[in-house]
Amino acid sequence: MNAFWIILTGSLVATSCGLLGTFLILRKMAMLGDAISHAVLPGIVIAYLLSESRDVLPMLIGAAALGVLTTFMIEFLYQKARLQIDASIGITFTWLFAMGIILISLYAGQVDLDQDCVLYGEIAYVPLDLWITESGRSLGPRPVWILGGVLLLILLLVTLGYRGLKITTFNPEYAAAVGISTVFWHYLLMSAVSVTTVVAFESVGAILVVAFLIVPPATAYLLTEKLHHMLLLTVGLGLLTAVSGYYLAVWIDGSVAGAMAVTSGVFLLLAVLFSPSTGVLTQRFRQQALPVSAEGYRDR
Amino acid sequence: MSDFFTFSDPNVRLVTVGTILLGMSAAIVGTFTFLRKRALVGDAIAHAILPGVCLSFIITGDKHPAYLLVGAVIAGWLSLLVMDYLSSRTKLSMDTAIGAVLSVFFGAGILLLTSIQHSGSANQAGLDQFLFGKAAAMTRQDIWVFSGVAVLLLGLVLAFFRSFKLISFDPAFAKSIGLPVRRLEFLLSTITVLAVATGIQAVGVVLMAALLITPAAAARFWTDRIQVMVLLAAAFGLLSGLFGSWISYTAPSMPTGPWIVVLLSLIAVVSVVVAPQRGIWARLRLQRGNARKIRQENILKAFYGIGEAADAPVATVTVEALRQQRPFEDRALQLGLRELVAKGLLHKHGASTYALTPTGLQESRRVVRLHRLWELYLTERMNYAADHVHNTAEAIEHVITPEVEAALLRELDHPILDPHDAVIPYQNPPKPSDS
Repeated sequence: MNAFWIILTGSLVATSCGLLGTFLILRKMAMLGDAISHAVLPGIVIAYLLSESRDVLPMLIGAAALGVLTTFMIEFLYQKARLQIDASIGITFTWLFAMGIILISLYAGQVDLDQDCVLYGEIAYVPLDLWITESGRSLGPRPVWILGGVLLLILLLVTLGYRGLKITTFNPEYAAAVGISTVFWHYLLMSAVSVTTVVAFESVGAILVVAFLIVPPATAYLLTEKLHHMLLLTVGLGLLTAVSGYYLAVWIDGSVAGAMAVTSGVFLLLAVLFSPSTGVLTQRFRQQALPVSAEGYRDR
Repeated sequence: MSDFFTFSDPNVRLVTVGTILLGMSAAIVGTFTFLRKRALVGDAIAHAILPGVCLSFIITGDKHPAYLLVGAVIAGWLSLLVMDYLSSRTKLSMDTAIGAVLSVFFGAGILLLTSIQHSGSANQAGLDQFLFGKAAAMTRQDIWVFSGVAVLLLGLVLAFFRSFKLISFDPAFAKSIGLPVRRLEFLLSTITVLAVATGIQAVGVVLMAALLITPAAAARFWTDRIQVMVLLAAAFGLLSGLFGSWISYTAPSMPTGPWIVVLLSLIAVVSVVVAPQRGIWARLRLQRGNARKIRQENILKAFYGIGEAADAPVATVTVEALRQQRPFEDRALQLGLRELVAKGLLHKHGASTYALTPTGLQESRRVVRLHRLWELYLTERMNYAADHVHNTAEAIEHVITPEVEAALLRELDHPILDPHDAVIPYQNPPKPSDS
């Protein structure tokens, strides 16, 4: 039963992150996702301190606020201070992450978070964090419910906002011309990324969020050219990654989050090598096949 | 505080010296990382080092910093190769490649690290300090290895300074003058990996990118010269290392690494705001100065235009007439008029009537002259149609320097009329015999 809950948690995170990550990598903003997933840390700590609980709502608000702040700071450094983009991202997220760690050390007694957990979470404890009703019935692990709720929100965002997201991703000039605000969709996407990060934080940690945001969508991108195929493939790959990652972790006796990140990388490697359209080895086979047919043609 | 800065406690001395060395060497190497726009690559290398550290521990069973360093450098190098391969040979963009390598390598590191921890090996304690740095827990052995590496890095940077500078700014040129660009890039990347592998000791995996590029980014705002930039970055690295150690000395619960990063970020923010020329404040002041100049010159031109039409250059003019001459924004017009009166270019005659003073008249003639000269230059020398030159001249008239004006006059041989047959006003009109 524990295996089921852990894999389910991983799959929920994988699906949420994968759907958002698809748009991130198509917008060439993968590292912005990485930055946000680190930079929300002070938001989480402050929400802890203010609400004195692990309630979901204050955390979500804190996270979304920090996500928008991160985006805003990066834009400010890049456009107003004219600092190059990689340095703007690097300075912003390291600064905010460092503040988060300092806050954790400062309020060590009051904040139930430790540094390791921030990075790679504790998915193995998910089945223990049960949601018990007043009448004493257990409804299953609390994180699963929360992650499920967030997944629903993201599904709503991606289905209802499909047109807006697609147009502002592929053709921002056209979007602007027909009156679709690129800024609105940009910040909406960034808020969604921060909310997902925070919810996933305590169960899987920052690193798996980044892996699920970037690696399955990148794998899918190597396999297809169509956006809706890419979204579906990403979800499928995310589920495969969650299942195989869990069993790898059991086999090696290590962190589940780390193992899932590793298996996502294995799938990416396979796609790089064997993608039907762009795979390195596929193309090599095809090149070897060509001279044979050319000779056959000459014989005729 | 005084306890700390006398450095009488050997332990304090050790930790502080170590932190400063790591901060300075990372900042110096990071200057090139920054100039080559590879800040996030540095971040990915920092994450990718973890599996190398764990593997070399699994193989050797020892935590000697030199062994771990070898594993770290190999893993860091491998991650660089994979990133370059993914971004150049597949359709993934560089930032996607960076993010993928960063998370997968780091995931592998976490997997190995937790596996080692679960194995119950007694010797493994402290390996996880790579994650968040262990500035305060550095041993004498650590310091010796790191200072050795730091000195090596500094020596290499000094020896190859000119070559590194060239390949950072203009690799194509470096190649054309016969520099072994590929070998130099290999060397520079190795140095970067080494700096990252040692710097992680101070601040940990996640914050390493800051140690590498934040000092350089801050230094960039103060200077255009790379020598100065390297020295400044090193100084910022030194200062933050020193005060970071001091903070965790006075408040032992405070982590050194994050404080170093916060201090560096503060230095960067201050630089972004107050640095002369490149800083936001200086640029805002320049912009405001330009806006003021344009506002005033446009008002002077309107005075000249009215005077020219009425053939009475210094007659009093109402604000209403100015508005008809040119669609001024109300607030800008009032502000500009006040500024011009204060500068002595206008007289205020009544509640809303003004006239040019003699200097004001001269100044207005200068602006109109520049405008008309430029229009003529465009039609005569650039083959523009006469009805297409006004807008360009509107912009350029505010920035033409006396030198350019003299060159235009020479080039056009002191013309009398502009393309619209309006008279070009001179300070001392050329005699008819000249033309």
